Formats: sequence, C-alpha cells, structure tokens
Amino acid sequence: MSDARNGHIREINGPILRIHMPGARNGEQVRIGSLDIVGEIIALEGDDAIVQAYESTEGLRPGEEVEGLGHPLTVELGPGLLQGIFDGVQRPLDVIAGLAGDNIPRGLRIDSLDRTREWAFVPREGLEPGTPINPGERLGAVQETETIEHRILVPPGIRGELIDLAPAGDYCLEKTIARVRDKHGDVHKLKLFHRWPVRVPRPYTQRDHGVEPLITGQRILDTFFPLLKGGKGAVPGPFGAGKTMVQQQVARWSNADIVIYVGCGERGNELVDVLESFPQLQDPNTGRGMMERTLLVANTSNMPVVAREASIYVGMTMAEYFRDQGYDVVMLADSTSRWAEALREVAGRLGHMPVEEGYPAYLGSRLAAAYERAGRVETLDGGRGSVTLIGAVSPPGGDFSEPVTSHTKEIIGTFWALSKELADARHYPSVDWVDSFSQDVAVAAGWWAQNISGAWVKRRTEALALLARDAELSRIVNLVGPEALSSAQRWELEGASLVKEAVLQQSALDEADAYCSPHKQFELLELVMQVFDRGKELITLGAPVQELAEHPVMARIRRAKSTWRSDESEQLAAFASEVYQALAGLRSEYASSQESAS
Amino acid sequence: MSDVEYRRATAAQGGLLVVKGVEKVAFGDRVRIRDHQGRQRNGQVILAAEGETLIQVFEGTEDIDLDNTWVRFLDQSLTVTVSPGLLGRVFNGIGEPRDGRPPIVDGEARGINGSAINPAARNYPREFIQTGISTIDGLNSLVRGQKLPIFSGSGLPHNRLAAQIVRQARLPGEASNFAIVFAAMGVSYTDARFFRESFSDSGVLGNVVMFINHADDPPVERLALPRVALTAAEYLAFDLDRHVLVVMTDMTHYAEALREVATAKGDVPARKGYPGYLYSDLAEIYERSGRIRNRHGSVTMVPVVSMPSDDITHPIPDLTGYITEGQIVLSRELNNQGIYPPVDIAPSLSRLMKDGIGKDDTRDDHPRVANQLYALYAKAQEARNLASIIGAEELSARDQRYLEFARDFDKQFVAQGEDENRSIIETLNLAWELLSRFPREALTRVSETDLAHYHRSGEKVA
Repeated sequence: MSDARNGHIREINGPILRIHMPGARNGEQVRIGSLDIVGEIIALEGDDAIVQAYESTEGLRPGEEVEGLGHPLTVELGPGLLQGIFDGVQRPLDVIAGLAGDNIPRGLRIDSLDRTREWAFVPREGLEPGTPINPGERLGAVQETETIEHRILVPPGIRGELIDLAPAGDYCLEKTIARVRDKHGDVHKLKLFHRWPVRVPRPYTQRDHGVEPLITGQRILDTFFPLLKGGKGAVPGPFGAGKTMVQQQVARWSNADIVIYVGCGERGNELVDVLESFPQLQDPNTGRGMMERTLLVANTSNMPVVAREASIYVGMTMAEYFRDQGYDVVMLADSTSRWAEALREVAGRLGHMPVEEGYPAYLGSRLAAAYERAGRVETLDGGRGSVTLIGAVSPPGGDFSEPVTSHTKEIIGTFWALSKELADARHYPSVDWVDSFSQDVAVAAGWWAQNISGAWVKRRTEALALLARDAELSRIVNLVGPEALSSAQRWELEGASLVKEAVLQQSALDEADAYCSPHKQFELLELVMQVFDRGKELITLGAPVQELAEHPVMARIRRAKSTWRSDESEQLAAFASEVYQALAGLRSEYASSQESAS
Repeated sequence: MSDVEYRRATAAQGGLLVVKGVEKVAFGDRVRIRDHQGRQRNGQVILAAEGETLIQVFEGTEDIDLDNTWVRFLDQSLTVTVSPGLLGRVFNGIGEPRDGRPPIVDGEARGINGSAINPAARNYPREFIQTGISTIDGLNSLVRGQKLPIFSGSGLPHNRLAAQIVRQARLPGEASNFAIVFAAMGVSYTDARFFRESFSDSGVLGNVVMFINHADDPPVERLALPRVALTAAEYLAFDLDRHVLVVMTDMTHYAEALREVATAKGDVPARKGYPGYLYSDLAEIYERSGRIRNRHGSVTMVPVVSMPSDDITHPIPDLTGYITEGQIVLSRELNNQGIYPPVDIAPSLSRLMKDGIGKDDTRDDHPRVANQLYALYAKAQEARNLASIIGAEELSARDQRYLEFARDFDKQFVAQGEDENRSIIETLNLAWELLSRFPREALTRVSETDLAHYHRSGEKVA
C-alpha cells in the first residue's frame, strides 16, 4: 500500500465530513475536493473516516476526491517563527494578506516559514566529523532577532555520528547544514528547521521543579498570587472583567524570554491591538522592542471552528520548541473556553453523548493533558527551560462552577479569578483577592527574600488578612451601619481601602505604572502597611479616624504609584519618609495631649 | 444541473425539507422550490450526503405537499446583488425587494457568507464617534469599526436609543456622513414603522438600506438576513468607501430562529436548547465589522440584544458579550424612574474606548474623568445599598454626598432628551460640574493638572 491514499466524500455536515477511505489512519491530514481544503481524520468507522475540516466546506459535494497525506498535523520549527502571526494551523497570516488580500481564501498551500530568507548560521565549536550526536543537541545558532538567539537543535529521535557540519555562513531553510549517520547506517540530512506533530508533547530528559516566579510587573499578580516560571495559571472571568487586558499585560511585561500569544476564538480587533502596539513597546528587562520575542497564533472567533481546537496545540508545540533551546517561555491562551467549545461543537456534530452543559465526557482529560504540557524541564541537552501556560477561561454568565472553569481549577496552580463587581467599579486589574489562589507562594517567597526583601511574606500576609477583615467588617456595616464599628475597626476599613487603591489597582494605560518593578511593588506595599500600623497606634492614642483618613498625605499615597516610575525609587523613598515624618508629628501631638490629659 | 427540477421530497418539517436520490449536491447550495400552487420558495443545502440532501427553506415548509414539490439546485451559493442603488431601498431577509420596486439587476452578485477578515489586514479602530449621548460618549465611547451592542429588555426604549444614535452619530466637528444598514429580524410592524419614520424625519432615508423580516414572516429567513445585510454593508464600506453604521434588531430573534432550525435538524443542544455552535455562528456575524488597512470605509455595528427576562447571563447576551467590544446595558429601574436613555453605566463597557479618546481625539482629561465618575458611582451604589438598610439619615456625611451625587448623576448626566445632541465637550463639562461637588482630595483618579484646569472649587454649583 502506498503512503498516499485516496478516497471520496460521502456526507458533508458543516465542518464535519464522512469520507470513504479504506486504510486511513486516525489523525491523518487530508486534502479535500476541488477546493483543496485541509482537514484531519478524527475517527474511523469501518472503511469510512470522519474528517474535521479546518476551512469552510461550502461548495463541496459528495463524491469529490479526498487525498490522504499520510502524516498528522505538524508545525514547522525553525528560524522565522518570532515576530510572526500564524493562523490556527500555522499558516502565516501576514504572508496570506500579501498574497490574497483582506480576506482569508480557502485551499491555500503555503509554507509556514519563509523558504527564501537566508539566516546567518554559526556552528557550535568542537563538533568535528565523527562526533557522536544525540537528540536535542545543539548544532549551532542563528541570531533570529537582536535579543533572541535561535538555537538549532538535532530533532528528537535522531542519534548517530556526525558526518559533516556546515561552516558559518548564510543558509536558507531548505539547505542541509549537517549530516548524521545513525546506527543502521542511514544518513539524516538536518536543516535549520524540522517538523513536529502538534498533538505529541516534545520529549525532555526529566521534569524539574519551578525555582523562581514569573515577574509580570503587575502587583496583584506578582505580590499577591505569584506564578512560577513553568507554572500553570488560569484567568477566569465573565465578559468585560478584563481577561484580555490581564493576558496582554503579562504578554507585554513579563520577564520571559519568549512570549507566545494564542488568540483562540477571540476578537479580531484585539489581535490587531497586539500587532500594532507591541512593536512600539519596550521590554523593561532588555530595553529592546517587545515584538522581537513574541509570536502570535490567531484564530479569531469568525475563523473555522476546527482550526480553533488545533491552535492551542500549535502554540504549545512552538512553546516547547523554544523551551528545548533553554528558554523560559510564556504561552497565553485566550481563551481556553473557546477551545473547549470547539471540542463540544465537533462532539455535538459527531453525536457524542453530552455530559455536562453539552460538553463531551473527555473534556476534563483533554484539558488536563493540554495544561500538563507546561512545566520546567531538564532539556535533552542537559539545559533548563520552561513553558508557563496561562489560560483565560470565559465561564458562561461568569459562573465559576461551570465545567471548563471547574476542570481547569483542578489542574492549575495559580488562579487569578476576575470579578465583575470590581470591573464594574473600574477596579483594574479586577483580580478578586478572595477567590484567587496561588500554590507557589512558598517558592516565590524565597526569591523575594533573596532579591527584594525578607519582609515580603509578612507584608503580603498582613495585607491579605486586612482585606479579609475588610470583607467581614463590610458585612457588618451592611447589616447595622458603620456606627456599630469601633474606631480601630473603622481604621481597618480605611487601611483596606488604601491597600486596594494604592497597591492593588494598577492601570494598564498609566505610563508610569503599567509596569511596576518588584522593588516598587514592595515599596508601595511597605508604605501602605507602615501607614496602617502607625495609624493604628495613633488611634489608640485618641486620634479620630476621620482626621487620619482625610489627612492630605492619604490622597498622595493613593497617587504615589502613578507619580513615580519604577526607576524613580529614590523619590518614592523620599516621599515615604515624608509620610512617616508627618505621621510621627501627629503621634507626638497626640502622645503629648494624652499625657496632659492624664 | 440548475435546469433540472426534482420531485423527490421525502420529508418536510420545521422549515427543513429532505430530498432523496439527488447526487452530488453542493453543501451550502442555493435551492429554488416550487410548491403545489406554483409559489416559489428559496432554500439552502445544510447537509449533503450520498443520496440524501437536507434543505433549509427560508419561507418555511408550511403547506408543502411532498408529491407536488419541485426542487431545483442552482449550483451557486446564496448571493445578494450589490450596487450603489441599494441605498434608499427596502428588502426582505434574502435580498428580494419589499418596497414594490424592481430588483437590482445591474450589480454584482456576492456570496452572503463572506470569508473571515484576515487579522493581519485589519486596522485597529480608533476614531471617536460622537453620538451626542453622554453615557456613551463620556463613559463608553463608540469608535469607527467597533461592534457595540445594546443589551435591553422587553419594553425598554432600545429602539429609540438606536434611532437616536443613527440620527446623531458623526465624527466631532463633522456633518454626519454615515450610510446606514438597517437589519430587522422578527420586529413588529410598529417598530419597523418607527425606524422608517425616524430615518425619514431626519432626512437620511436616501442613505439607508433596510432589510426587514417582520414578526409574522418566516423565521428561517432571519438566518440569512444579517448575512445579506452585512454583505451590503461591506460593499458600501470597502468598495464605495462609505462609513457604514449597521443597526441590527433584534439578535435574540435571530438566535431563536437558529435554535428552531437546529432542533428540527436534531443537533445536540448545549445551553437552553441552543446549539453548541451558537457562539461561532454569532461571531461570523459580529466579526464582520471593522476597519481594513488601505480601505477608507468602515463597518460599525450597533446590534440590539433583548435579554430574555432581563437575564444578562442568558446564552444570547452572554455569548454576544464575549464577541462584541463591550455593551451598553439598559436598566428597567432607571426606565421606571422616567430616565431616558436608561443606561446602566456599571455593567456597560466599551473595550475600544481607550484608544479613541484623550488628548488628540476628545480632550486630555477624558479617560481619567470617565474613570473617576465610575469610581464615584460605585461608591454611591454602596451607599445606596447601605441606605436601603439603615435609612439615608443614618449615613455619614461622606456617604450622603455620594448619594446626592448619584441622584444628580442620573438626573443630569444620564438623562437627556431624545433630540438632545450633546457635544463631547459639553458632556465632559457636565461631568466636571458633578465632580466639583467633591473636594479635590476625594478625586484621586484625575490628575493634579485636571483639577487645576477643570475643578470648580469655591464656585457654588446649583
């Protein structure tokens, strides 16, 4: 039997087709009909195969030919990925726009990576002919962008003895740069790129544990609910709560080496926003353009639903590829609910028995398997790399008990729950401090103690406790009114409000505050907690809560975050001591008046 | 194939017709059906299998007689003929004239489904549209190329608000130059007439193309209607360089028609009986708005979505909110207080506002003023809740001030006349009038410069 198989269409039901193709393999790619549409076999029934099409099937007829391609859905991995924008099956959208205009036509055959461009390849020192070659080993590198060195790896599965390695020079992707003879005597020609099937996780030597937090420059995330490099996080929230904003902020400011942003079933205009704004942004860590380390996968909500299901795997495979080069990669998936709905849609058309809310029974295991591809690993060549996966979840009606959110919650380590109430009050980022959690605080604490301050854990805990007190006291106020509270309790309410406004709220549009360095994060928290502690003492000395709350420094503390940028820590420190002095002045006033009274 | 008529209908139910024994029918093909009285009906192939074809009939399957039904496959997808002559005309859901005038023949036939706009070819929408309505312009600004739905409930004045937006929308300082595409699905005759008169009174009828499916017209036709209307809108925007405002009312009727057909087809239901593909289907419609690089026109969309039982978590508004770039939410409570337009600002949102306002577009202080008003309004809501428990007299002076603010905000800022067209500067000045009741220290979301410029401390505000 030859590798290329042929069959024909028997039935077309939206994106799902039944084809007659004896000998078809599950997962195999197919080309369908005269329109040359791409699809994937997802089930076999006797001599029939069920195909999901990545493109609209309008105009196809029963009886048209189907060509089996003999391989599963793969992506191309090599130089040229960065700064790219790809669709859900890794077709380059910018190239398509150049070729085909404003809309996406069907049946395009197009390479993911540019074949004509030449890359300056530098071979690794010491790789002489005859050297034993192992999978994942580095052959050399290409400086893909100013900041990112693209390391050329031996594809997994290839082991043997080096026959020859190309000298330094410019090569296009199809050129052979190394030849390896395996133990059977077969010669493998290695190029600057290779292909990998998206549904198969790329191999590594072993899993490693996370050691440092991902710094996103967002106070509520870094300080309160940290996520480790190699961790798994979820951002659930109803529409309008700011999921996309949180994801974009992480994409913009996090200290990852590579950022992969997968727009899965979301708005076209939001992707354009990323496309237009990223090239103008600077990475706070390297000072280079943000786009140099970024690549986008875009399957907008109006693009074919089946490619949406594939887009997460396509993004993940590219993330793993950079991980294997020893990089810390962040992959943002916005939104995993759309991915799950694509599963549901296909399951529905296949007539699979729905379990919860119409989702198929395998929803939980698919979700878990996708999230489990994240992690920090020892790579095949002995280095360390990580993929941090942050998935947005769009629960219908904002109900966190729905299947996608609840299954996700079981898998992830950091949960950034967005709240409609906070968003409605324009408290951004609207991350709810009651529902959110992070299992990585202990590891993060070590990093903060080493790099910023040993008091981080204590201050963080105190602030969260104050916020919890606030929720409790607010309930009392709502029942019996504020008069029922003691002065100390009312000061706690004020303190919590200070934490919320001076620390938690952070505007993505505020130039001085969109990114907040760990140092500034801690300084602000420290300032607010100091003020709270000192105020508490003042109140025991008889100072009225009202007077403290309306003291002119309070408004300035609330504005401090946008008054000074992250690199203006001296000014912030000067302001803090000014505040402490003002409070010390008050203290001596009240202490003396108390003495004179007694 | 298109000349052959088949008499092989074997089943008819719920707007669907099954035809057996016709080979090689294209999926999505357009179908002409002649019934026993010789009347023409239109349809589309929604399942094509060897020997069996499922057709969705836009005029419905009422009164069909299987033995005397002739089916012709036209070998083309559903199209609508576009030409500059569209403007000023009225059509039904599949693009046939319903104004008594002849069909358009001298134009180009275009497939109604279009194909997805390549995100790499889009332009980011950032031109502020002044609607003259304070709650929209000031707090939830609309920009060219945006899709901003009105979430409403039965009996609320969403149609009046939509009509006011159509009458008043323009770029600040310019005369209105929008072409309007009006897509009405399952609307009452009263509502259709209201829009017609409103367009006619403001003298824009010559710039309007209407697609109307009344409440008593066949529901299946509603599935084609928004696609036909948007094909016309795209033509006006991207071929004729017009800025197009698309008003679609009511998307809930569209989604209900979709459920009706899905149920008849036997699709597995997801939520409330709606099919699992409702999201993708709605997105195919909403995502056709936008701006395209190197094209001068734009498609801006204001769909009306009525929330069944005022429930914003109902699948239709819920999924819509996940696709559109924000929403304007109407409140029954405000409406009952006689406030027009009854826009509830708390759940309302415009996602594209941030890049369309500020120094170069409206006024420098605009983003911070909006932020500050929202923050105060949220505080006022807390005070209101508190007042409803312990009584307004028991509130602290601070909370009293919030309450007063909220009352005046609703009366002066939210409420405005149906013909009152406020410029964005008027809206912002009005906002500062309200903000100036608070001492400077209480306004932490605006900058020191804003306060120096606009805060009217010392002045007595009436």
